[in-house]
Amino acid sequence: MTPPDLVVADAAVPGRDGRWTLVCAAGQVLELVPHDPAARFPEARVIEAKGQLLLPAMTDAHTHLREPGQEWKEDIASGLAAAAGGGFSNILCMANTDPVNDNESVTRLMLRRASDAWPHGPRLFPVGALTMGLAGKQLAPMEELLAAGCVAFSNDGEPVADTELFRHALEYAADLAPVIDHCEDPYMAKGAGANEGVMSARLGLRGQPDVAEALQVARDILLAEYLNAPVHLAHVSCRRAVELIADAKRRGAPVTAETCPHYLTMTDAALFGYDTMAKVNPPLRTDDDRLALIQALREGVIDILATDHAPHAAHEKETPFEDAKNGITGLDTALGSLWELVRLGQLTAEDIAQRFAWRPAEIFKLPHCRFAPGDPADFCLFDPEQSWVVTPETLRSKGKNTPLLGQSLTGRVTLTAVNGHVVYELARAGA
Amino acid sequence: MNWPHKDLLDVSQLSREDVDVVMRTAASFREINARPVKKVPTLKGKSVVLFFAEPSTRTKTSFDIAGKRLSADTFGLAKSGSSLQKGETLKDTVLTLQAMNPDAIVMRHASSGAADFVARRVSCAVINAGDGWHAHPTQALLDLFTLREVWGDDLVGKTVTILGDVAHSRVARSNIRLLTMLGVTVRLCAPRTLLPKDARALGAKVFHELEPALENADAVMCLRLQLERQEAGLLPDLREYARRFCLTKARLKNAAPDVKVLHPGPINRGVEIASDLADAGNSLILDQVASGVAVRMAILYLHITRKEKGETA
Repeated sequence: MTPPDLVVADAAVPGRDGRWTLVCAAGQVLELVPHDPAARFPEARVIEAKGQLLLPAMTDAHTHLREPGQEWKEDIASGLAAAAGGGFSNILCMANTDPVNDNESVTRLMLRRASDAWPHGPRLFPVGALTMGLAGKQLAPMEELLAAGCVAFSNDGEPVADTELFRHALEYAADLAPVIDHCEDPYMAKGAGANEGVMSARLGLRGQPDVAEALQVARDILLAEYLNAPVHLAHVSCRRAVELIADAKRRGAPVTAETCPHYLTMTDAALFGYDTMAKVNPPLRTDDDRLALIQALREGVIDILATDHAPHAAHEKETPFEDAKNGITGLDTALGSLWELVRLGQLTAEDIAQRFAWRPAEIFKLPHCRFAPGDPADFCLFDPEQSWVVTPETLRSKGKNTPLLGQSLTGRVTLTAVNGHVVYELARAGA
Repeated sequence: MNWPHKDLLDVSQLSREDVDVVMRTAASFREINARPVKKVPTLKGKSVVLFFAEPSTRTKTSFDIAGKRLSADTFGLAKSGSSLQKGETLKDTVLTLQAMNPDAIVMRHASSGAADFVARRVSCAVINAGDGWHAHPTQALLDLFTLREVWGDDLVGKTVTILGDVAHSRVARSNIRLLTMLGVTVRLCAPRTLLPKDARALGAKVFHELEPALENADAVMCLRLQLERQEAGLLPDLREYARRFCLTKARLKNAAPDVKVLHPGPINRGVEIASDLADAGNSLILDQVASGVAVRMAILYLHITRKEKGETA
């Protein structure tokens, strides 16, 4: 047997009492055993967790890394740095780059940039375009994209309005890889950066109603059932969509869904004062929507968490509200912001492991770690007591566009390993 | 009196006492507008930039006259012909203006919150002359000034109906805030397509039919209808709108006997308001224009002289 080369000692593990020691060798888990202070691993690097939480490294099924084409916002190297710092081992990056990832050369460029910058991970998994140029007119060459390394297809950012074309996209993709849909009726949501409701009425902002999202969710559910073809519903933000998904799942419809930390921790009250940092698509909704999403996540109606990491440069947010780009940078702060919900008893650490690590990796068929022998040694250490202030310096992403700037979070990722390689250590990274 | 506000972004930042100060100051300036020589040296040597990134004739001219009658130098800057048209960001435009050291920037912009955005980046006073659908505070103040001329200082118990395109109206939002603060009951009346989805959150009563909205109303404020609303699918056509909502003398029969009619202009005669009613004796439309100059003189005076007063206090 290969001797242990990496050991995490004296860690808390979600769902298990006591302290545990994770023993790894050659990039894989050997075993997770009750902590024994007397145990010695002379040939291994031993990380003393001192009671920190040992979590499976997470899979983010929804990021925007901006390369190629908009490297001033983010590039693959900086995006993966943020992923490592946030505790992620797998990242799915969306196709709305410039040029769009609708051909194998763009996919291969992305993968090469990732392996050059971060040869040991986090792993990058490109999402190919569903339609050419995301224009919603012609299907993208999905087999070519799959062969080049894409793991899913999506028109994220540019919802497919043509239902007939979307039907054919689902049929064609059914034998290749999952389709991720941005659920937004593009006719109802034109130019809106705020939830349609009390806040948009008071601020005089164009509002996007929650039914704009729910209409598209309903369409996708009906098509998925009719075609028996899976659809993954991206960044669900409202109760109406949750209720439709719950009904669909009761009927056994082949749909899965995600929501994002910001929809669980913020409401459209964050728009007060026209804070462009809180402008995101779909928009932040009401507290009723927020609570519905938390419950849906706990019950598995919403399958997974994803960041919808959307980095932008400062000048793209330093504008009047309606001119500002949509999006919140999310990889660095995902776990820290969610931890407040754990402290409040609304989520558990097991929920986070399930919804942010295991289930997304299952849906997209990616490597992941359940701490069983032979699993890839993909894990992170999380200090649930460490308070930190979100500042531009503490964010490893180039995008500093988050309404959390200046706020204090309690709970921080201190180390991330992928395939047994430590790709992030707070003690060494500083800040 | 030391005016406490650097900027005027909306009426919601004003206390009742602040509003009284504006009204008293405007009343004192109104007299200047009736003189043969309509100029006083109050703001001599001061610079006011009129930064209108959206078309405007009335408001811009009103501020221009207000500034000049106080002897301020006014400089017009429109989006066309400015660097904004060349793709410059609003931030860079206003920082450039700031570097020229004006005493006030009066600004109109198509985006809600734009005046607030600028005010946080410049040290001079920023007067919001209309931002998107959000606020038009000087219009609300001049409407109030006009009504107080007729009704006196105490408006408690009065009912004002705001009629027309509330959803896209900065005038409506500012008037609702100001009038309700002063104890006025505000009614909104429009087809549902021209009201915000949660219109009641604005603090007014909501009607979709004209007759009940006008019953016992002491004043009716018609809003300007942007003619492109029918192209956006919000209205069938202007004729249909006029059939349902055009204010006429006949439709005012159940309003208060001496009901007053207001309109921020420019008017679409026969669409928002019948032509004979616009010119009738109970129309305050031209009084609003006259009040506008006095109120804007007051606003410029209070904001531009604020620092000096603070320093000597």
